[in-house]
Amino acid sequence: MAAGFKTVEPLEYYRRFLKENCRPDGRELGEFRTTTVNIGSISTADGSALVKLGNTTVICGVKAEFAAPPTDAPDKGYVVPNVDLPPLCSSRFRSGPPGEEAQVASQFIADVIENSQIIQKEDLCISPGKLAWVLYCDLICLDYDGNILDACTFALLAALKNVQLPEVTINGETALAEVNLKKKSYLNIRTHPVATSFAVFDDTLLIVDPTGEEEHLATGTLTIVMDEEGKLCCLHKPGGSGLTGAKLQDCMSRAVTRHKEVKKLMDEVIKSIKPK
Amino acid sequence: MEEERHTEAKIGAETGRGSSPRGPGCSLRHFACEQNLLSRPDGSASFLQGDTSVLAGVYGPAEVKVSKEIFNKATLEVILRPKIGLPGVAEKNRERLIRNTCEAVVLGTLHPRTSITVVLQVVSDAGSGAQLLACCLNAACMALVDAGVPMRALFCGVTCALDSDGTLVLDPTSKREKEARAVLTFALDNVERKLLMSSTKGLFSDAELQQCLAAAQAASQHVFRFYRESLQRRYSKS
Repeated sequence: MAAGFKTVEPLEYYRRFLKENCRPDGRELGEFRTTTVNIGSISTADGSALVKLGNTTVICGVKAEFAAPPTDAPDKGYVVPNVDLPPLCSSRFRSGPPGEEAQVASQFIADVIENSQIIQKEDLCISPGKLAWVLYCDLICLDYDGNILDACTFALLAALKNVQLPEVTINGETALAEVNLKKKSYLNIRTHPVATSFAVFDDTLLIVDPTGEEEHLATGTLTIVMDEEGKLCCLHKPGGSGLTGAKLQDCMSRAVTRHKEVKKLMDEVIKSIKPK
Repeated sequence: MEEERHTEAKIGAETGRGSSPRGPGCSLRHFACEQNLLSRPDGSASFLQGDTSVLAGVYGPAEVKVSKEIFNKATLEVILRPKIGLPGVAEKNRERLIRNTCEAVVLGTLHPRTSITVVLQVVSDAGSGAQLLACCLNAACMALVDAGVPMRALFCGVTCALDSDGTLVLDPTSKREKEARAVLTFALDNVERKLLMSSTKGLFSDAELQQCLAAAQAASQHVFRFYRESLQRRYSKS
C-alpha cells in the first residue's frame, strides 16, 4: 500500500516523512549516510581510493606522468581531474561523450583543486621549464545514488593522500630524466577540503546528503566545500529555490561538523595502511 | 492607430543608462541594456556591464522533442556561446548555473510539454569569468521579460571580489578580479533578495561570505531599479 502511494505521489509520500523530521531510510534531516573508504586498492595506479556514501560509490585513481610545464608558468605542474558517470552507475546515463552532469562535476572538482590549493603546483615541478609531473585524477562512479559531489571530493582527497611519486633526477650529461622507483615519497597535501551537500525542499527545508530519489524531488541543491580552518573553498549553488543568509549559516555549521567527521575517518584509514 | 504605436515600440529599441561610474553611493560600473533588437526570437536583450557585453535571445514556449518533454512543466534550455572557440566544459557549467536559476523563477507549470530556449552569445569579454556570468544572468532575465515568459520574480547577477587584505569590491574590473583572493558571483531575486545561485572562486571565510552577500543584496537594488526604469521607459505612452 505504501509502495503504491510512493509511486503515484512521490512528493506527498516524502512530505509525510519530513513532517516527522525524518526520512524514508530512517535518517534524521542532518544525518549523513554510512561513509566507508578504502585506500590503495588499485595496484597499477600511483594512488587510489574507493569511497562509499551509503550506496553511492566513487573510485578515484591517480596516475603520474611527465610533461613539459606550461610556458606561462614554467615552475608549475598539472593536476587534471576527470569525472566519469558511465551507464553502469545509473540508467539515466547513456554511453558516448560525457553528458552535462559529468562535465559539471569535472568542473566542480577542478575548481575545488584550484581554490583550496590542496597541492602546491610548484611541488610538482622537477626541472623548471623542462619537466614537471602531471597528475591525472580519474573519478569513476560505480553506483549513483545521489550526492555525487561529496563522494568525488572525498575520493580525490583520499587518493591524493595515497599517491607516492618516485624520485626523479635529471642526468647532467644526457639531460634525460632518471626515475628511481625504489625511493618514493608522498605528496605534500596542504589542506583537506571536505564537501557537504544539501537539498532544498519546498523552498524551506534543508536536508543533508540527499539520495538519488531525494535529489530528483528537491527544488534546489547546495554544496559547501570547507577546509580545516573553516575557510570556504567553494559555495556551489546551481540555481533552485532561494535561500536566506540565516539558512546559509545553519548549513555552514553543519559543514564544520562534517569536516571533523571526515577528517577523523581519513586519519584512521591512513594510519591503518601497512607501509609497502 | 494602435498598430502604429505597436510598431513604433518595436522599432525604437530602448537603451537604459545605468548608474554613473564608481561613486560613493553606488559602486557598480556603468551598465546599459537594449531590448527587442532581434527579429526572429520571441524575446531578445543585450546587456552591457563595464567592458563585458552579452546578447541573449529567447524562443518559447515552443515545441519540444518527445525525449525531452516534461509532462507538467516547461523544459528550459540554455545555450551559451563563447566569444572565440568552441564551447567547452566551462560553458557547460555556466549553462547549468543559468538554467537552474531560470528554472527557479520561470512559471514552467503554466506551459507544460513545451520548451523555452535561452541562447546567449558573448559579444565582448574582458577575460573575466565571474563578470561574464553576472552579465549573462542579467541579459537572460531581460530577454525572458521581453519574450513575455511568465516569471514569479526577476533576478540579477552581482559579482564581488575580496582582496588579500579583506576589502570588498563590488563589480570588479578584470584586473582586480585576477589579483583578488576570492571572487563570488551571486544571483538574487527581486522579491525577497534571496540567494538563488552562487558560484565562487578562491578561499574565503564564513563572515566574509555574509558580508559579500549583504553587499550584493544592496547592489542588486540598483540593478532592479534600472530594470524597472528601462521597462517603464519602453512601455510608457510618450
